[in-house]
Amino acid sequence: MGTALDIKIKRANKVYRCGEVLSGVVVITSKDTVQHQGISLTMEGSVNLQLSAKSVGVFEAFYNSVKPIQIINSTIEMVKPGKLPSGKTEIPFEFPLHTKGNKVLYETYHGVFVNIQYTLRCDMRRSLLAKDLTKTCEFIVHSLSQKGKLMPSPVDFTITPETLQNVKERASLPKFLIRGHLSSTNCIITQPLTGQLIVENAEAAVKSIELQLVRVETCGCAEGYARDATEIQNIQIADGDVCRGLPVPIYMVFPRLFTCPTLETTNFKVEFEVNIVVLLHDDHLITENFPLKLCRM
Amino acid sequence: MAAFPWHARSRNYVSESEMCKLESIPLDFGDYHPLKPITVTESKTKKMNRKGSTSSTSSSSSSSMLDPLSSVLDGTDPLSLFAAAADPVTTAATMDSTRKKRDKDDSSAVGSDFEPWSSKRGDILARYTTTEKLSINLYMGSEKGKATTTGSAVSEKVRTRLEELDDLEEGSQKELLNLTQQDYMNRIEELNQSLKDAWSSDQKVKALKIVIQCSKLLSDTTVIQFYPSKFVLITDILDTFGKLVYERILSMCMDSRVSLPDNFSPESVNDTAKETCLNWFFKIASIRELIPRFYVEAAILKCNKFLSKMGISECLPRLTSMIRGIGDPLVAVYARAYLCRVGMEVAPQLKESLNENFFDFLLTFKQIHGDTVQNQLVVQCVEIPLYLTLYSPAIDWILQCIAYRAPEVLLTEMMERCKNLGNNALLLNSIMSAFRAEFIAARSMDFIGMIKECDESGFPKHLLFRSLGLNLALADPPESDRLQILNEAWKVITKLKNPQDYINCAEVWVEYTCRHFTKREVNTVLADVIKHMTPDRAFEDAYPQLQSIIQKVITYIYDFSLLFSVEKFLPFLDMFQKESVRVEVCKCIMESFIKHQQESTKDPVILNALLHICKTMHDSVNALTLEDEKRMLAALINGFIKMVSFGRDFEQQLSFYVEARSMFCNLEPVLVQLIHSVNQLAMETRKVMKGNHSRKTAAFVRACVAFCFITIPSLSGIFTRLNLYLHSGQVALANQCLSQADAFFKAAVSLVPEVPKMINVDGKMRPSDTFLLEFLCNFFSTLLVVPDHPEQGVLFLVRGLLNVIQDYTWEDNSDDKVRIYTNVLHLLSAMTQEAYIYHVDKVDSNDTLYGGDSKFLTEINKLCETVIAQILDHLKTLGKEETLKRQSQLALHFFNTILAHGDLRNNKLNQLSVNLWNLAQKHGFADTSTMVTTLEYIKKRSKQPEMSHFTDLALRLPLQSRT
Repeated sequence: MGTALDIKIKRANKVYRCGEVLSGVVVITSKDTVQHQGISLTMEGSVNLQLSAKSVGVFEAFYNSVKPIQIINSTIEMVKPGKLPSGKTEIPFEFPLHTKGNKVLYETYHGVFVNIQYTLRCDMRRSLLAKDLTKTCEFIVHSLSQKGKLMPSPVDFTITPETLQNVKERASLPKFLIRGHLSSTNCIITQPLTGQLIVENAEAAVKSIELQLVRVETCGCAEGYARDATEIQNIQIADGDVCRGLPVPIYMVFPRLFTCPTLETTNFKVEFEVNIVVLLHDDHLITENFPLKLCRM
Repeated sequence: MAAFPWHARSRNYVSESEMCKLESIPLDFGDYHPLKPITVTESKTKKMNRKGSTSSTSSSSSSSMLDPLSSVLDGTDPLSLFAAAADPVTTAATMDSTRKKRDKDDSSAVGSDFEPWSSKRGDILARYTTTEKLSINLYMGSEKGKATTTGSAVSEKVRTRLEELDDLEEGSQKELLNLTQQDYMNRIEELNQSLKDAWSSDQKVKALKIVIQCSKLLSDTTVIQFYPSKFVLITDILDTFGKLVYERILSMCMDSRVSLPDNFSPESVNDTAKETCLNWFFKIASIRELIPRFYVEAAILKCNKFLSKMGISECLPRLTSMIRGIGDPLVAVYARAYLCRVGMEVAPQLKESLNENFFDFLLTFKQIHGDTVQNQLVVQCVEIPLYLTLYSPAIDWILQCIAYRAPEVLLTEMMERCKNLGNNALLLNSIMSAFRAEFIAARSMDFIGMIKECDESGFPKHLLFRSLGLNLALADPPESDRLQILNEAWKVITKLKNPQDYINCAEVWVEYTCRHFTKREVNTVLADVIKHMTPDRAFEDAYPQLQSIIQKVITYIYDFSLLFSVEKFLPFLDMFQKESVRVEVCKCIMESFIKHQQESTKDPVILNALLHICKTMHDSVNALTLEDEKRMLAALINGFIKMVSFGRDFEQQLSFYVEARSMFCNLEPVLVQLIHSVNQLAMETRKVMKGNHSRKTAAFVRACVAFCFITIPSLSGIFTRLNLYLHSGQVALANQCLSQADAFFKAAVSLVPEVPKMINVDGKMRPSDTFLLEFLCNFFSTLLVVPDHPEQGVLFLVRGLLNVIQDYTWEDNSDDKVRIYTNVLHLLSAMTQEAYIYHVDKVDSNDTLYGGDSKFLTEINKLCETVIAQILDHLKTLGKEETLKRQSQLALHFFNTILAHGDLRNNKLNQLSVNLWNLAQKHGFADTSTMVTTLEYIKKRSKQPEMSHFTDLALRLPLQSRT
């Protein structure tokens, strides 16, 4: 197996915030002594933007993917060229998480057109005969708590055939009345989205009621931008013909990595919405949209 | 070798026995005696210083007499103290003050009085079955990127591997159609296995997928009558999964190989374990579909303990309300049952969510009669009553969880809530099966009222009455209501048309009837059952229930004269027309008879009925009956025979035995018992007549003897026959039936040559020699007192036996024959005495008959000579290398015989004994210590009067040193 390189981050969940010190060890295991030309550790953080094929031509999408925006980049030399003894060698490291200038450490986010990612890379340079060794490891950045109190913004809603917008033949719709409320559309990302929903009456049987979490990613700037909405997850809250008049809980945990506090910068935006989707047995699909504002407290 | 004449030592048995007897000490009966029960009363109170806890029973009995063992255990033994303290039932019953405190601690764990799920699952699987075709639909990997890749801490390597896994199974949709129920169960078991495999091969994601797919099957209600069983099967998988995850995370918590204590706090859990646990919860929270998300989260509910103290108590209400989203009421109620089950396991102290679950269920109860459900039933051709019974296991379970150690007020409230719902039969039934029997029994009349008001079209009423009956069998209703309850219930039961429904109800109510009423009511009930079950031979399908009725009747009415005076009892038995069942029932009755009958009986009703029952059992025996079965039947019949006694009416008794013999001729052990019984009867007669038979009793005794004589030959076991001949012969002798006794002994003698070399003992072939040896020795001691027949020669029987022994083909290399011959010498020596060592009362033995006649003595001596010659011959043949050890042993044996019985003043005999002594030592096979003790014995004997010649003898016996 030869020589193995590994990075172990101290915190089990690998979550750090701006201003904290990222610490850990680089572990080198080898049967024999290792000759090397130096070991260095690089911390990188960048925003990768991509234009969707829909909003730009296909080729453009390939070549014109917007240049990555670098948030943080620093390298340290851990070990000077030399030899490492055989067996297991652990080299501890510490990186203070600070940005240069007025750059902000955005929260880690894995999306479709926007990706914010932070990595640690360890390189071991070796002589010509042996290949250089590299190991990368992702760590997660959470943004600092937002100042100020979060104002809860509860929403009550009622869905009837009359409230629907894009209906062609309103007459053919079965009658229904669905009421409900969301505890707040301003959500703390670590807390679930809650609320409840009551099917007061419905002529057609209900097949399913789902919560669809949607991200809205906007890339570009003044000269033109692309805005795309894609589904993150779909959570069923009711299956089958639910009891009339009985409140069904709305409850959704925000998935980690795929959500981040709502983000608005000059080059890109990341926003979230939730759709309440009611599927009736005759395949009528009723959707109610709620924009969300996520934040971290 | 010259013939050695035998000179028996003359003995005075009386003085010998005087000399050997232990010194008798006059007994003071007031004194201590080891076998007398100890009366400890004072010291008791000293020991009993543990707050008067469990010993209420023992302290009451301790006042009079106490078994020494139990008295020790009761007071000071630390183990019993500990056990008493640990026993929750007894302590809870007596220690009221400590109880409250205990209950607080206990609430975190479910006690043993809570019927666990495991005991229910078998019933459900057996009850909810189907012949319809089932299908399993599994999508593997269809949720890629949603359910699986949420984990943040998944390292690169693992992630790529997971992706590979996904690729392997991407879209591998498996749909298995047309499965029979058995196939289906096998498939589920396979899935369970592959879950374990996946887990152990570290494919956690695959394991999760399997679990998700399985729980998804629970949203499928096609073949609805199988749903409860499906629930059982799949929740087994979920339990497995929950356990695997919990144990895995627990093992991550192990710091330096010290595992966490059972009630650890979340602070003591390390970060890695917490992170892993959190990951699971995040993964599960992102499962798209409601039902799998619910079930999987419920399955790992226990893992909340790793994250926070309040985790479970926050989770349960959320999961409870989550079930509201499940539209199908049946699916929902089973989801609730699962949640309650997990909740009871993990946090039994959280009762609120249990109640919440039940109230939610009541709210959705109206759905059952909604269109969606009704349409589904029409499609599946399922009737409403059947559909409703599918709810029972789940509701029963939920109610059982609620009712467990619940205050009376809560139960009353639950009952009221159910009452207020329109068609409450289903709920009523579940309440009756889940709540404490005492609670139900106290309100029996209310329940009967409610049952009557129920809608006929819904839940079948007979099930309601059955449930009520089950409660009444466990707890007693108020005294005043009892008869009315029976009348009201039976009024309904008797109207049931379907025999199966009827018998299911009746079976339960019979117990109530037997418990509280007299034979008159039981008789009526039995008559009613007969009336219902006889048309169209309906009883044929109801044997188990009928059998249980019988069992219940005999547990409560075990006075058999009372039982058989229940007129309909025997006609009831006639309904068991299938032989195997019939025999089973007979066995039960006989077992109960043997267990409960204290005194012997001559009641003609009992005798007739039981003879009939025994006859039935006996007649079931055929060539295919197993040995064990026969043994068991015989034991039962024997038990019965032993309990029959006509008191002083001995002739009646004998004729009963004669009748029994003709009835039970196929069961050998019964015949043996009969022979013993008849022998006992003869001895009984003798005792009554104080040994002096009148003409009448003499004839009767001869009849008894004749009975034995003609019965014994029909037995097959050779030693059984031999021993019975001997035994019966002794009895005949004791009753002065000399010629009959002679006949028995002759029969025994002529039977000896038939003894095979190997016999079957407990199914194994064993050599018969030890048995034969034992029998012959026994026989010899009897022969001593048997007087010679006037028309036969001297010692006719002994000679006959010797001839038989001579001709018997002995094992080639055994010394049995010689051992027997030495024993014959003992017999013959005893016979030469002036007065024999023992006599049979009122029978003149040879000592009196011949009066020491010299001819008689010569005859005996001749016999002795022959026997000695035989022994010496045999000793000579043992001169070979490999048999020297045997020779030495036999020689010593013979030496001892001479020492004990021979007159050593006779020179020849003296010389013979010295020779034997030398022979025993000659080749160094003699056991030195035996030789030394023998010699010491001789020296000791020499000091006794008239034994001085032993001194010379001792001088002539050299001791060989070992070297």
